[in-house]
Amino acid sequence: MTSPETRSVIVEREFAFPPEKLWRALTQPHLMEEWLMKTDFEPVVGRKFNLRGEWGGVLDGEVLTVEPNRTLAYTWDFNHDDPAYNLTSVVTFTLTPTAQGTHLRMEQAGFRPDQPQAFGGASQGWRQFLDNLDQLLARGAE
Amino acid sequence: MPEAHDTLFRTLADPTRRAIFERLCRDGEQTVAALTARAGVSQPAVSKHLGVLKQAGLVRDRPEGRQTHYSAQLEALAPLADWTGRMNGFWENRFDHLENLLTRMDQ
Repeated sequence: MTSPETRSVIVEREFAFPPEKLWRALTQPHLMEEWLMKTDFEPVVGRKFNLRGEWGGVLDGEVLTVEPNRTLAYTWDFNHDDPAYNLTSVVTFTLTPTAQGTHLRMEQAGFRPDQPQAFGGASQGWRQFLDNLDQLLARGAE
Repeated sequence: MPEAHDTLFRTLADPTRRAIFERLCRDGEQTVAALTARAGVSQPAVSKHLGVLKQAGLVRDRPEGRQTHYSAQLEALAPLADWTGRMNGFWENRFDHLENLLTRMDQ
């Protein structure tokens, strides 16, 4: 999945709640919908599911790893007729218990640096804004 | 720089505020009155949006007589200029929602 041309994004945060509670929020569809996206997810390896963004886009996922309260990984792909919009990536959540609660690490790996269009999770307006961004920045540099 | 991403995403998440900022990017420096004429919201609302943009470092104000002129600070967008920065902002934002959900969930 990862090759020299791909990059990853890592976001980490400490939550004042036990891993078991985070695990529920990460794996139960009705809870996932509240913080991530609408989905028919099931924490079963090999299970295919969709994540439906409020902007109308649909992401395809397949569950890769399920280690309750510790590790969850799934593919996060966006297929578009125009290859420039395609996105193939893997999202991995790692939960580590701490004295105060749980340290959560999210790594999204596998996307290419030349696919700025494939931004999953933004509203249409936000996406348009990002599409214009490079142009705005180029003008600012003049 | 997760905090910087987060602030930028929050600040630009509002469509009216984003439109004001885009106008400043396109048309250059403008007064509150000129921005209000095309924003579709009241002058106090425009001033409030400009205040939030200023706090995020996205606009700069320059008083001249009784008027204040606003201009876009494009360099403040640098964290969003690359794909990883954008995705980072997306996840930071989702983690905020997750934190909020966890506080509302029963044990």
